[in-house]
Amino acid sequence: MILECKHVWDYISEFLDDSLPPETRELVQKHLEHCEICSAIFDSTRNILVLTADDRVFELPAGYSERLHARLAREIHGANSRPEKLPQDQD
Amino acid sequence: MRLMDARSPGLDEAEMIAAILAGDSDLYHQLIQPYELSVYRMALSLVKNETEAEDVAQEAFLKAFRNLANFRGESKFSTWLISITLNEARRRLRRQSTVRMESLDEPPEEGSRVSPALLRDWREIPSEALERKEVRTLLQEAIGHLAPMYREVLVMRDIEDLSTEETAGTLAISISSVKVRLHRARIMLQKELAPKLKLASPKKRRWFS
Repeated sequence: MILECKHVWDYISEFLDDSLPPETRELVQKHLEHCEICSAIFDSTRNILVLTADDRVFELPAGYSERLHARLAREIHGANSRPEKLPQDQD
Repeated sequence: MRLMDARSPGLDEAEMIAAILAGDSDLYHQLIQPYELSVYRMALSLVKNETEAEDVAQEAFLKAFRNLANFRGESKFSTWLISITLNEARRRLRRQSTVRMESLDEPPEEGSRVSPALLRDWREIPSEALERKEVRTLLQEAIGHLAPMYREVLVMRDIEDLSTEETAGTLAISISSVKVRLHRARIMLQKELAPKLKLASPKKRRWFS
């Protein structure tokens, strides 16, 4: 069985996740070996996802951590409550 | 710098949660430290504005603290935090524009196909390219251009590294919906980004110039 390009595209995501059944995976693999367009599409998709997942894409703003912990500290000590208690439980 | 450094080095996450619920509330600072970035990233990819994302992240951590007793430990704590962040971000988006926003629960159109950008060759973009703001901005914008139903799945699966099952559980959608949406989201990203990154990727090396 020969796969057409547009059918190969349907498998890109699952191919990347290695979640295709072995026989389908093999068909896709064979197609990629001789189709430069599909292999460029596959490579670019994988490359783009690797870049997207990089911690540098979304960086924490300066001071984020300090502001977060300061607010948490106000909540924890200001309410003087355990998590399961409501604020009115305090004296 | 960290507030609670080495406070209780031996405790694992479940023990910390038990200790917090038993009254050692300050341990919460330590509990959430590993998740500061992932919660913020999740928020930012949903609300698309740094100030608001920080607000959403703070709210999510506060809500998680207040509701810690409801955390059953059936999911990972990280996944639970992500789902609280998702709900907080959705709540704000809904409040902001009930008119303009597409339905978050709109089902994927099963029939239609998304097509990738066609290329003859692909020159690998090295991760050093992310040192350039221009490249980071292109990626952030492309994620922002995805409709929420696709963006949520992409961020959870490919950025926050949740499993298909965890993503399905958090979004209360089926596993096959997660797969369909993820596939489309990835192809849409490739379609938008491949031509732009190719242009932004010079023949000669000048990543640090």
